[in-house]
Amino acid sequence: MREQMNIVIVGHVDHGKSTIIGRLLADTGSLPEGKLEQIKTMCELNSKPFEYAFLLDALKDERSQGITIDSARVFFKTKKRDYIIIDAPGHIEFLKNMVSGAARAEAALLVIDAKEGVQENSRRHGYFLSMLGIKQVAVVVNKMDLVGYDKTVYDNIVGEYRAFLNNIDLKPVCFIPSSGKDGESIAFLNGNMPWYKGSSVLQVLDDFTKEVSDVSKPFRMPVQDVYKFTKMNDQRRIVVGTIESGQIQTGDELIFLPSGKKTKIKSIEVFNEPVKYSAKAGQAVGFTLEEQIYVTRGEIAAKVVEEKPHIAKRFRTNLFWLSKNPLVKDKNYILKLGTAKINVKLEEIIKVVNASDLSVSTDSTAVQRHEVAECILSLNKPIAFDKSELIAITGRYVIIDNYQISGGGKILEALDDKLSWVRDRVNIRNLKWEKSILSDTQRAEKYNQKSRLILITGPKGSGKKELAKELESRLFKDGKIVYFLGIGNLLYGVDADIKKNSDHKEEHLRRLAEVAHILLDAGIILIVTAIELNQYELEIIKTTVNYDKIETIWTGEDLTTDISYDLRVPGIMDLDESVNMIVCMLQNKGVIFSPW
Amino acid sequence: MDHLDQLENKSVHILREAYANLKNLCMLWSIGKDSTVLLWLARKAFFGHVPIPLVHIDTSFKIPEMIEYRDRLAMQWKLTMIYGQNEEALLNKITFPDGAIDRIQCCRVLKTQALTNTLSGKAKRYKLNLSNGQYEVDKNTEPFTGVIVGVRADEEGSRSKERYFSARDQENLWDIGDQPPEFWNQFKTDFPPGTHVRVHPLLDWTELNIWEYIERENIPTVSLYYNNGQSKRYRSLGCYPCTFPIDSEAANVTDIIEELKSGRLKNVAERSGRAQDKDDGGSLETLRKEGYM
Repeated sequence: MREQMNIVIVGHVDHGKSTIIGRLLADTGSLPEGKLEQIKTMCELNSKPFEYAFLLDALKDERSQGITIDSARVFFKTKKRDYIIIDAPGHIEFLKNMVSGAARAEAALLVIDAKEGVQENSRRHGYFLSMLGIKQVAVVVNKMDLVGYDKTVYDNIVGEYRAFLNNIDLKPVCFIPSSGKDGESIAFLNGNMPWYKGSSVLQVLDDFTKEVSDVSKPFRMPVQDVYKFTKMNDQRRIVVGTIESGQIQTGDELIFLPSGKKTKIKSIEVFNEPVKYSAKAGQAVGFTLEEQIYVTRGEIAAKVVEEKPHIAKRFRTNLFWLSKNPLVKDKNYILKLGTAKINVKLEEIIKVVNASDLSVSTDSTAVQRHEVAECILSLNKPIAFDKSELIAITGRYVIIDNYQISGGGKILEALDDKLSWVRDRVNIRNLKWEKSILSDTQRAEKYNQKSRLILITGPKGSGKKELAKELESRLFKDGKIVYFLGIGNLLYGVDADIKKNSDHKEEHLRRLAEVAHILLDAGIILIVTAIELNQYELEIIKTTVNYDKIETIWTGEDLTTDISYDLRVPGIMDLDESVNMIVCMLQNKGVIFSPW
Repeated sequence: MDHLDQLENKSVHILREAYANLKNLCMLWSIGKDSTVLLWLARKAFFGHVPIPLVHIDTSFKIPEMIEYRDRLAMQWKLTMIYGQNEEALLNKITFPDGAIDRIQCCRVLKTQALTNTLSGKAKRYKLNLSNGQYEVDKNTEPFTGVIVGVRADEEGSRSKERYFSARDQENLWDIGDQPPEFWNQFKTDFPPGTHVRVHPLLDWTELNIWEYIERENIPTVSLYYNNGQSKRYRSLGCYPCTFPIDSEAANVTDIIEELKSGRLKNVAERSGRAQDKDDGGSLETLRKEGYM
């Protein structure tokens, strides 16, 4: 099997990218039979001088405008390997197409016109290559024929552009002086520049090294889906995704983040392949789990014994923007990272960099099209990710605005938010949690109920405790395993060390939630009362207890906080009706079953 | 991992992204080698199942072996198999073989229009009943909003500009100059009502890759691709009035791979046996902008 590599060719408009590719194809005999003659004849018919670039202008509207609009792919091969050359448009208007083309490449040729010198898009494209994470870049100083193959001109351009690349941390593989028109230094050196002792473009392509998926880094797999094709008589429950780094084998203990759920890999599933016991980065895989935990698309699977991804709601990042509508504060966008999709807002612009001259502005209120910026983004829910310098793929994201991918970025670091102190504890707790052999499902089947935290809150005197006790009795009578816990019951025991200090309300709530977490794990329906919880306080509880296991009930006529509750009941005004409403909700949600 | 593994993994990833993100998804199956490889990749992605309906546009001028092969595999692999056609044009004989219109017009009527109307649910859809092997009118007329297609970038000019996920508007039109960006394996999966998305998992495959994969996986293909003793075979399958076999001795997959790699087909375009391409100035662009696959 021959090796294959994707190469992108970028640079300022009209600096000769298409000509270089055309020449490369012609001089390596890679053109289909008769193609060259066909184009030459066409030029004669239209009384246009033949150009090698015409070979590439496959599309009619490009032919008429004379510029490349979208990245076209050209197939060609050398003795060493097969290439797909992606011809990226050089016009600023089509930067998003250049990005789409370049992102598919493993290496890049950046073309600069010797006569025109370093131009706006020479720099911008260099910057975008570095943002996209393309590490192998060779710079071709083209059209040397127009400057009489003068070494001084070449040296000046090399000096200027090398300094620019240095500023954006991009080390070019090499510089090549060339002429696409004369075929100088393209497939071979013709001797027009005796002072140049380096390689031809063709040689440089063959010298690029093949990227290998990183198996030595920690295991990461964004969960794409969970398949259960029961209708097709298949009982397997298969978690699928593409491994972005690291490797796994059956029996490895995995943790899914941000949920923190853990279990071991039972089997690796394949179709039309021999049985498989391991898998590694780059593979699109599927596996079954020993325990039927509820895992969803968007989580990242990691190994318990390896370094874990960060979980946060805020991060500092470098991003680039491609949409005509600028990136602004106080607007909802959607962020996609791995398979996660989540609402995001621009919190702060630290600085905006002009990608074509590296000038910096620190007082921008928006990031405009084609700009690069360092920002802080804030998500509406925590997600799992890595710093991009550690694992590139799980450390980068795109932003959707009005259905379109509008920008992308790399994460520099995770930042704290109001709930980080709770989340940090929960993460460690999840990691160290010693699991029982019995599963949630087994308990639910045995007890004929799903575990739930019923959180009753409201103003003083609205009948919270009365309602809680009535509800407990009712569920108990119905045969449920239920327990009422007043928040005061913790004060003199669990909270003895902090009870006198009123600054500790948040810690009280965290501890209450930890106790609730244990009881829920035991399979119980737990009823808790607390006075006038606000949304932040509820978030503390939801961060500690699995949020899909909490039902929040507000009692009383007046809503006195910013909390968003699941159900509102009359409370003391009508206890029976309140109990009925809650029982009905539990039945609707499948926590308990309706009586026959 | 070798190159075929890389292609396979990427395509499986794309198929799973499409399945997870797009409602009312279908996959076009032309019965040819490319979309059959695509079908096979779906079986890989979904562990032997194909949870996506397959749609075939039957111009009624397909070579009979193609239809036999389609129905045989559909029964064997338990596929949700649907076909649609331009019944009005066929009834009124407004076709190229009937002498009424030229080749390009005919493609437009029997393929593009039939496809547009089958996808939108305007035309009748015929669904294979797996219990008796008969086609019945499908009650489901909901428009398909995600369409998986087996086009490859190396086929011809306009296809080399495709995205993996490519949005089309209500009229099926494709605005090549203003496609959304696509990078870092994040695809366009969000789109306003009324538009639909075409998904191209095979974009990076070449004709040679397709045959190498068919050989490696032992995928069943139509016999028309092979020389059955008359020193001729089809390189690309279409309607019999417009598709012609090429001269070739290749009698099996291994022979074809050899022929493509080093033999006489090394530098000859794959669709050289397709007459309609030539009528469109060597590029399918006009047809593709209107929704041709």
